[in-house]
Amino acid sequence: MTRPTRALTFSRRSLLLAGAAGVSFAGFPLLAAAETDDAAEAIKRIFGDKPIEDGLVSVKLPPIAENGNSVAITVSVDSPMTTADHVSRIAIISPRNPIPEIAVFTLSPASGKAEVSTRIRMAGTQRIRAIAELSDGSLWQGSASTVVTLAACIVG
Amino acid sequence: MATIRISAPDTASKGEVIELKALIRHPMETGYRRGPNGKVIERDIIENFTCTYGGETVFEADLHPGIAANPIFTIYAKASKSGPIVFTWTDQSGESWSESHMLTVE
Repeated sequence: MTRPTRALTFSRRSLLLAGAAGVSFAGFPLLAAAETDDAAEAIKRIFGDKPIEDGLVSVKLPPIAENGNSVAITVSVDSPMTTADHVSRIAIISPRNPIPEIAVFTLSPASGKAEVSTRIRMAGTQRIRAIAELSDGSLWQGSASTVVTLAACIVG
Repeated sequence: MATIRISAPDTASKGEVIELKALIRHPMETGYRRGPNGKVIERDIIENFTCTYGGETVFEADLHPGIAANPIFTIYAKASKSGPIVFTWTDQSGESWSESHMLTVE
């Protein structure tokens, strides 16, 4: 099976930097730094300190959610789901919720298909990340963003 | 007793990937909200959801307050042999709810 290369790493970093600069311009530099750190910490807690590559994982979210209390999400991973090559874990991470971990799924070859749908809470407009750990230990990620007009956790 | 809704096929052919939907009624209270009296509403979260098929774990989820109330999951399983598909939810205090669905493989 062929997999995407790491060619995207640099552009992703510059994107993140550009995003961080944009937020600091808006006047919340400390808050922005804390958020990204929290998400990175959460990923480290779940998967350990391993490099994460872009690709294989796709996240489906609505472009606009009127109510952040319940947003439908589908995470799928391009995997044959055989005993030798399958997705063992998928984590959904939010950079903006009070708790960055939303859910951690454990899958097995008996799942047949590496896809999970559920409904999540979103405390504001953000880019949700999904990180998948394959049976060989490698980590892959994908993301999608949603504009939330009424955030969860604030109004309930 | 929590209300549980399961959607799963009754029969499947061997090797077929079947879709399973499981919903449980639960507030999934985050512990961040305040009630009408201004007091914080206590955290009440289902922390684990497990799906087994023929005794083998097919899917497991660790849930956090970021999961919406009345959590619903759409997952998949590969039909191998006839057997029960059991869905189990466990909340933070250790209370658990379970529902079983019989799958016949032809």
